[in-house]
Amino acid sequence: MTDHPTDNDRELRVSKIENGTVIDHVPGGQALKVLAILDIDGSTGETVSIGMNIPSEKLGRKDIVKVESRELSQNEVDVISLIAPDASINIIREFDVIEKSRVDRPATVTDVIACPNRNCITTQSEPVVSKFDVVDDGVRCIYCDTIVRDDLAEHIQTG
Amino acid sequence: MRREHVLTTKELSRSDIEAVLDRAVDIARDPPDRSQYEDTILALLFFEPSTRTKMSFDTAMKRLGGTTVDLGPVGSSSVTKGESLADTVRVIEGYADGIVLRHPSEGAAKMASEFVDVPLINAGDGAGHHPTQTLLDLYTIRENVGFDDLSIGIMGDLKYGRTVHSLSHALTKLDARQHFISPESLRLPRSVRYDLHEAGANVREHTEIEDVLSSLDVLYVTRIQRERFHDENEYRKVAGQYHITPDLLEGADDDLIVMHPLPRVDEIAPDVDETAHAKYFQQAHNGVPVRMALLDLLLGGANK
Repeated sequence: MTDHPTDNDRELRVSKIENGTVIDHVPGGQALKVLAILDIDGSTGETVSIGMNIPSEKLGRKDIVKVESRELSQNEVDVISLIAPDASINIIREFDVIEKSRVDRPATVTDVIACPNRNCITTQSEPVVSKFDVVDDGVRCIYCDTIVRDDLAEHIQTG
Repeated sequence: MRREHVLTTKELSRSDIEAVLDRAVDIARDPPDRSQYEDTILALLFFEPSTRTKMSFDTAMKRLGGTTVDLGPVGSSSVTKGESLADTVRVIEGYADGIVLRHPSEGAAKMASEFVDVPLINAGDGAGHHPTQTLLDLYTIRENVGFDDLSIGIMGDLKYGRTVHSLSHALTKLDARQHFISPESLRLPRSVRYDLHEAGANVREHTEIEDVLSSLDVLYVTRIQRERFHDENEYRKVAGQYHITPDLLEGADDDLIVMHPLPRVDEIAPDVDETAHAKYFQQAHNGVPVRMALLDLLLGGANK
């Protein structure tokens, strides 16, 4: 028995889910951005549980996002990795974790981020999709060089 | 040097740069046989107004012995019918052996290059890059002060100035100290500062020219571009902040050269033209041999 609660104990603050995905070790305060990446705004009926700014030995403060009845695409995982490089993705079935993986930052992301530079050729009526190189702590448009860091989630192309 | 396209100076090595400059020296002295270019056609696609860049490419191709075709005024071209740039260049590549593209959008040349097999040269993409301007800038620098232990001040609109972006990238390939002088609001964009940092460039930023003038071999002046400002008041705050005069240059090294990609407005007083510092007209003239060299290396000549 320990006097101090562990990360597992703290996760119990957010209810367990039967089937779906748990995204853990999201930097504190970033959970709503994860929801934006997943295009979840509450209007489509998914059951979602969020824990925000939970004390964490690893991150100091972390967020947890639990989404019922949904498994993430590789594209969604790639984008989450950009704002939550230490995140883990847990696939839950019948209340058990059947698969646990760490996110891996891709070298490039294609057709998932809209370039915020209004003068970038990818924002014109041209037959080209956006493509960003992943750099230190953000992404960089391969066409116009614009670097996106802090407000990355705002430029995710959803739907 | 053997490349399909010239889009930015980031992708040019020092040896690529020197190959173009060396070829320009040779061409200025001994132009290649015109007969080898008599069937060569260069397309000039200028979607933005341009005088000197367009004319110097036109002159360069014709001096080599080839011919040029162009879009004509943008207002009367297919652009007004809504044709995409991708379609335009795909059509034009069937007419010409090479394409020179100027376009108001950043990344336009990069995108266009993905749709064509003929060599494509970026002649300016919005506030992005202008690599051939940099090649003639470097030609001018090399012939006046050399490339060794170079100290260069780059002043004016560093945020929107594509000539500045291309020059600063190229200077990372040389042994150069780069001093950037601008109002706070017109500092280098984040992407260029990122690249300079990644390249380990020797860079300093300043707001006052007097702080650094005496240490410079080259002062590269750019125009504050009124057309880039959405707010006239913001433009007025910074316009006229830098004004190079003979009196100011009293504080500079005797061998300092003053450069400017032109056109100028009031950044350089006309009486600076009469001083030995002024090299901006020589710089403009160098556009022809440098572009001849580049075309020669890309379109045939040296590669044939």
